[in-house]
Amino acid sequence: MLRQKIQTYTLKIKQNQFLFEELVKRDFKKRYARTALGMLWSILNPLLQLLIMRLVFTHFFADRIPHYTTFLFSGMIVFNYFSESTREGMTTLIDNAPIFSKINVPKYLFLFAKNAQSWINFVLILGIYFVFCALDHVAFTWKFLMLIFPVVCLAVFNIGTGLVLSALYIFFLDIKYFWGIFLQLLQYVSALFYQIDTFSPAIQKLFYLNPIYLYIAYFREIVLYGIIPSLTLHIAILAEALLVFFLGVWIYKKYNWEFLYYI
Amino acid sequence: MSIIEVHNVSIRYKKGNFKDIGLKDYIIRKIRGTYHVEDFWADKDINFSLENGDMLGIIGTNGAGKSTLLKAISGVMEPTHGYIRHEGRISSLLELTGGFDDALTVRENTFLRGAFLGYTRQFMNKKYDEIIQFAELEEFQAHLFSQLSSGMKSRLAFSVASLIRPDILILDEVLSVGDGAFRKKSEAKMMEIIRGGATTLLVSHSLDQVRSLCNKILWLNKGQQIAFTKNVREACDQYEAFLDGNLDISEVTARKELN
Repeated sequence: MLRQKIQTYTLKIKQNQFLFEELVKRDFKKRYARTALGMLWSILNPLLQLLIMRLVFTHFFADRIPHYTTFLFSGMIVFNYFSESTREGMTTLIDNAPIFSKINVPKYLFLFAKNAQSWINFVLILGIYFVFCALDHVAFTWKFLMLIFPVVCLAVFNIGTGLVLSALYIFFLDIKYFWGIFLQLLQYVSALFYQIDTFSPAIQKLFYLNPIYLYIAYFREIVLYGIIPSLTLHIAILAEALLVFFLGVWIYKKYNWEFLYYI
Repeated sequence: MSIIEVHNVSIRYKKGNFKDIGLKDYIIRKIRGTYHVEDFWADKDINFSLENGDMLGIIGTNGAGKSTLLKAISGVMEPTHGYIRHEGRISSLLELTGGFDDALTVRENTFLRGAFLGYTRQFMNKKYDEIIQFAELEEFQAHLFSQLSSGMKSRLAFSVASLIRPDILILDEVLSVGDGAFRKKSEAKMMEIIRGGATTLLVSHSLDQVRSLCNKILWLNKGQQIAFTKNVREACDQYEAFLDGNLDISEVTARKELN
């Protein structure tokens, strides 16, 4: 009895793993189909963006903020990962509607596969980020290993947000435009290119209400200042990631059969 | 024990103005209280069970609830009332090209489709050549899926779904595609699967096909179960008469049996 249960369970995992891998492959191929540079774009794009921001903001901030390139880049990788994975994750359910309305498949796998793609991009850029840190004469310490924590939490946070958004998107297509505007706003309040200590203490506190800023602050404390962030910051990051993730899981479970009516 | 048991199954679709409105209209209508969802019963109180090796033909005009029922059996939808029990693995061909991607090659699509149908990678590695061979697509493996003709596409779909020896095979309007030669081949393949003990559910508008292949008939009309019978010939005759307008649905005698 138990053995049979374990067998069906491992089979399920194998099936889902196979499907997940094939979906990741499909999304990769589709994304870079007919582009000459292919995957190179996912590296070039943030680098060009960094270059632009560096050129534009140097005049305003570079004198006051040491290691300004690293400072900028820290914020950008976090924000771009969040922005990319949620924007692309949002449409996964609708994009795959022709499939799950005909074939019985776990619907969350579509989002997981899409997220895997943005995660791989993120890791690539993270590597380049460290190269830039070295060029910028940032001191590498063992504390860099702690970055694994926000990287994992951010992945969970992004998946959670993607689950919520993709479910909402199937009910209300308007969400796409809202989210576009929201991301723009978020970009400005995430202190990507400025320091928050020019604001009054009351306003500085407000920044910590922004989950994305928490990640950026974590990165900067480790990389730029060599400090291990406070326990509170750790708890806040972890709690928010889990909260959003389980909210997403709950929505998918609750509306699993409803999605079909809206497509 | 029956392989499939469909017990008092009713399936409701939600209809109404919720689908096409955006967020603004949704909120306005919620506030005004004019937001409403209509229920539409695609299937109502369906009862039947199938044994090993049965081949069920599901007949009925458009909108009878055939496809919805098959969706519920294959697990894409959930019955609103009642339950469906089944044993063994289901392989369903609800729509031929669903799940295929035009931007991928034939080979990639074969694997993707296999993954959708719940096979493992080892299994697909082992069966891949056989699938391609059966679909007669050996020369097209590296072609993009969009370059195939529609007949080729359905051949591939049929091959992936049928070479697996499923316990239950669900076919929705899929045998009427492909050229004559392949149709013969796929029918032979299906008979092989059925003789191997598989239970098959077939939706087809070709009554000749139903007559020659099926040993049981489920007749649906506007979501109602008109008949579930072993008497294939009588049911098909009456269905034909009904289609020609010579028979009222209430006069169907085939319904008495097995119901």
